[in-house]
Amino acid sequence: MSLALDVLTIVAVSAGAFFFLAGTVGLLRFPDALSRLHALTKADNLGLGLVVLGLLFQPEGLFAGLKLITVWLLTLLAGATVTQLIARTARPGGAQE
Amino acid sequence: MTDRPLALDIGLAFLVLGVAVWTIAARDTFAAVVGFVAFGLLLTLVWARLAAPDVAPTEAAIGSGVTGGLLLGASTRLHGTQTPAPGEKPGAILRLAAAALCTVVSAGLAAIVLLLPEPAPTLAPQAATNISATGLGNPVTAVLMAYRAIDTLLETVVLLLALVGVWSLAPDRVWGGFPGPRHHADPDGLLPFMAQLLVPVGLLVGIYIFWVGSVAPGGEFQGATILAAMWVLAMMAGLVDAPAVSRRWLRLLLVAGPAVFFAIGLAGFAMAGAFLAYPEAYAKLLIVTIEVPVTLSIATMLALLVAGPPERALR
Amino acid sequence: MRAAVADFLFAAAGFVLATVALGLVRILRGRGDDDRIMAAQLLGTGGIAAMLLLADAMSMPAAVDVALTLALLAAFVSVAFVKGFARLGADGT
Repeated sequence: MSLALDVLTIVAVSAGAFFFLAGTVGLLRFPDALSRLHALTKADNLGLGLVVLGLLFQPEGLFAGLKLITVWLLTLLAGATVTQLIARTARPGGAQE
Repeated sequence: MTDRPLALDIGLAFLVLGVAVWTIAARDTFAAVVGFVAFGLLLTLVWARLAAPDVAPTEAAIGSGVTGGLLLGASTRLHGTQTPAPGEKPGAILRLAAAALCTVVSAGLAAIVLLLPEPAPTLAPQAATNISATGLGNPVTAVLMAYRAIDTLLETVVLLLALVGVWSLAPDRVWGGFPGPRHHADPDGLLPFMAQLLVPVGLLVGIYIFWVGSVAPGGEFQGATILAAMWVLAMMAGLVDAPAVSRRWLRLLLVAGPAVFFAIGLAGFAMAGAFLAYPEAYAKLLIVTIEVPVTLSIATMLALLVAGPPERALR
Repeated sequence: MRAAVADFLFAAAGFVLATVALGLVRILRGRGDDDRIMAAQLLGTGGIAAMLLLADAMSMPAAVDVALTLALLAAFVSVAFVKGFARLGADGT
């Protein structure tokens, strides 16, 4: 049983690490600021989610698991918002707040 | 199977050094502040690798987050005066001397750390064995609130004095007014929406981290910094306006922490024979009685420090 | 088996940090300030991932609390950067 959980952890964390790599590749290769931002935020947050999923398979207790999920949700919320805000200032028209 | 991931540690060390060099070499202040915050975030990972889960969140919160906010405020205020006059740039000799001094200091520190006797001199065992007298479970909190409580009391006073210093930078006509510009919140806007979700959760997390500090890594400074960051976030999102610095409730809030701390310290003469001494039966109760107002006061101090000197006059 | 999982998690943390380092090189070398603001995002998400992996690899559950702190402070700092940048632009750079 614990072997199966460990395998699930390794698979999920590996997938998460792959998405982090994808995000960085996008950051390095995409031509303009907006698409780089897009790659960075989407891929990295998905990578974090997969890492959290993998760590949830390790037995640490309910409260610890809830904390892990909270970390991911907070990062997701902040990341999505800040990306939009950065994109508004990066847009040719500039920020109109 | 080694239990020390050397590649990770070496990679982290080089990354930290690289970001530090970039921060120093950055050409404009805004870029340097971003580099500084990045450096702080990486240091947090270093502290975690050094198995210091009390220092790591403090670095993330105060060293990187709040200080980053302070530096950012300073850099936006100084933006108009950024290009130094040609005569103000330091000459080559001065820069070489500074480089030599920094190298000597760094080499000295490295020598001290690397040449420590084995086992390194430490008071940690005594701190851990006597902790039952304080009623706490976290030795770091025991040091902060019991063994060296006087240092913590002085730190809160120093923060308060720093805040008074920041307030004194206000021009006469806005004396006692509102810090910072008025941030307008579009009620359907993105930032207020995020803040309305994030800030309550953040406040809960801050209270949790403060509360858990008595038995696990955490405590009043980390908790207070999170509370302060959430307050400033709410101000930036336009959900609340910064309070005018002359408001009585604000000043009471600021003073409550150090005052309670000092009062209990004086009561220590009567109760246990010395300043800030706790009678063993009531130690935990007294520590918590000190910690709650101190956390609120420090949170207010940090938030107001980041908000800056008053810029808008009282009507 | 536990040691093998811990080793893997250390390796994963190192890998994530390597991708963060690569991204930082691009960001910090970039021309514009809006590139820089992304640094807080990149480091925030990557640092949090590395911190969570370390929490399990080092059997240090307190590091999850550190990751919580990082998440909140990264959000705060990112918003401060965007606001600061906007304020700089408004003053006429």
